[in-house]
Amino acid sequence: MSRTLDSLRFRITKRFGAKVVLDDFALEVRGRQFVTLLGPSGCGKSTALNIVAGLIPASDGELWIDGARIDQMPAEHRGFGMVFQNYALFPHMTVFGNIAFGLEIQRRPAAEINDRVRAMLALVRLPELGDRYPSQLSGGQQQRVAIARALVLEPRLLLLDEPLSNLDAKLRIEMRAEIKRIHASLGLTCIYVTHDQIEALSLSDWIVVMREGIVMQAGPPSEIYNHPKNVFVADFMGFRNFFSGLVNADGELEGAGGAWRIKGRAHALAPGAAATAAIRPEDVQVGADASVNRFNGRVEIVEYLGRENEGVLRLEDQSSLWVHTPARLAPGETVPVTFPPDKVIFLPAEAP
Amino acid sequence: MIASRRGEPRELDLTAVLCLAPSVIYVVVMFVYPFLHGIYLSLRPPKQTGLSLANYIAFFSDEWQYGTIWITFTLAVPTTVIVVSTALFLAYGMRRGIRMERTITTILVLPVSLGVILLSIGIQGFYGSRGWFNQILIGAGLLSEPLQLTNNHTGVMLSLFMQQFPFCFLMLLGYISGIDPTLEKSARTLGANSWIVFRRVMLPLMAPGIAIAFALVFVMTFAVFPSAILLGQPAGATRTIAIAAYHQAFEHYDMSYASAIAVIMGLCQLAGLVLIVLVRQRMIAAPTMGVGKR
Repeated sequence: MSRTLDSLRFRITKRFGAKVVLDDFALEVRGRQFVTLLGPSGCGKSTALNIVAGLIPASDGELWIDGARIDQMPAEHRGFGMVFQNYALFPHMTVFGNIAFGLEIQRRPAAEINDRVRAMLALVRLPELGDRYPSQLSGGQQQRVAIARALVLEPRLLLLDEPLSNLDAKLRIEMRAEIKRIHASLGLTCIYVTHDQIEALSLSDWIVVMREGIVMQAGPPSEIYNHPKNVFVADFMGFRNFFSGLVNADGELEGAGGAWRIKGRAHALAPGAAATAAIRPEDVQVGADASVNRFNGRVEIVEYLGRENEGVLRLEDQSSLWVHTPARLAPGETVPVTFPPDKVIFLPAEAP
Repeated sequence: MIASRRGEPRELDLTAVLCLAPSVIYVVVMFVYPFLHGIYLSLRPPKQTGLSLANYIAFFSDEWQYGTIWITFTLAVPTTVIVVSTALFLAYGMRRGIRMERTITTILVLPVSLGVILLSIGIQGFYGSRGWFNQILIGAGLLSEPLQLTNNHTGVMLSLFMQQFPFCFLMLLGYISGIDPTLEKSARTLGANSWIVFRRVMLPLMAPGIAIAFALVFVMTFAVFPSAILLGQPAGATRTIAIAAYHQAFEHYDMSYASAIAVIMGLCQLAGLVLIVLVRQRMIAAPTMGVGKR
């Protein structure tokens, strides 16, 4: 139903005074794609979204949509929908009034406005709440109204700025599924901003991991999840155990003075290079007996997570190791742990 | 036991009553009693025994007296409108912060710290017929004779403007800055230009603040006294109702009549407030809750 967009591409730099918030940040979004900008707070992802929306001017760069340059176009002419973290519903208008707002500005006939608003209320599954005021709705309902308000104008691009951050855990999962359903059923093109990697992985076709205004890695979710290119992305994707050392002649990572050796997945690092090996807590095998990557760890802290236990172990070289295991751990005991080589990734060492 | 509105039983809490007592006593002694005593005084003209409306009848049968109501309205209403609209215009423009905001705010607020008398003398000196303002305009050849800006309506309004503007501006600026800026952003992404953002989103949300600004400025300007004397014609064109009350009290020593005039003045202010509340209710039918960020 939406006017589909073929492509949106931009290359923008944003400075606030001397501070560079976005450093030549480039992205191309194709029609019907769901692209997520992922990064910690202050990485510039919301600023980028606001620049695409036309709400903040870029310091430098260009923004093209379907071959037309739009960086000078005011927000109200761009025809993009936007959903905000705090919903930003107009408190003095009813739910119906909020959704009808954009159509009223376009001076659509009353009957059409009524039909389209009702259709949107049905789409977000709130058909009975048209007469309520935003303050009478729950957070999840308000966010549905905000989505309906943006979608009723059939935007060629929908921008979502951390739309789920203000919701509690259960609602967040529900709304995530809702957004996915709406995206699929309407064939929308979306740019989504979040700091939550689960949201990014579950919703997106393409993820852009950002840090301090720079793209650290971009790619499909499975690639970002399984093949992070650097420590920052790996850390964001749940690799919690990092070991720094040098690559030896066998392609293994060796600790200072040969104290330990870790064998990992195939990598392209040259022998002698400083590198970091990383493994997720849930990939560490506790108690298993193996010939490679075997260590002993003394259990320091155990937290019960329901399905499994989270433990912090102190290895022989005093580094700490996070593990997730169904096995029972007792603080103080020493257990053997193994890193399956295919779960260990090698990353170029990063200057801290 | 007294049932509260929610239907839960509630007992009268002695601690709460005791905590409340000092402020209740203060309000009664400093406000309620003098107020009621004033009304009582106004109903007891000295030459008669018992209660009588003679003062009120005297006021409304003498044009020299009841004319002051009209004079005061012609000063208070235009001043209020000018003050509130100017303050609103500036505060709206500064709602997202501007460069040197603190400096500008300080300059705007400075007149308040000077006091009415000093301010009035300053205005007299600057805008008077031989003041700088006229001298400069004459010197520049823009005028052949000085503009009469003081000792008349204009002078009083100038002074009232300078006294009321800072309060009103600061109040509105605080109110407007409290409105969630993402509301404006979301309106723009929905296709609203600046005018629609103002008219359909910001104005309804600012309306309660604007109404309060109107109410406060109106009440304060209606009670105009020192500037009406210093910059107006206290015996003629700017003989406001406060001057009339002052004459009765401290020139004719008729406290009873003066009280009656004061009560009439209070009723006029009340009428203004009621009107403002009614207009505000008509303007926005919907409740405006939760203006700020949630």
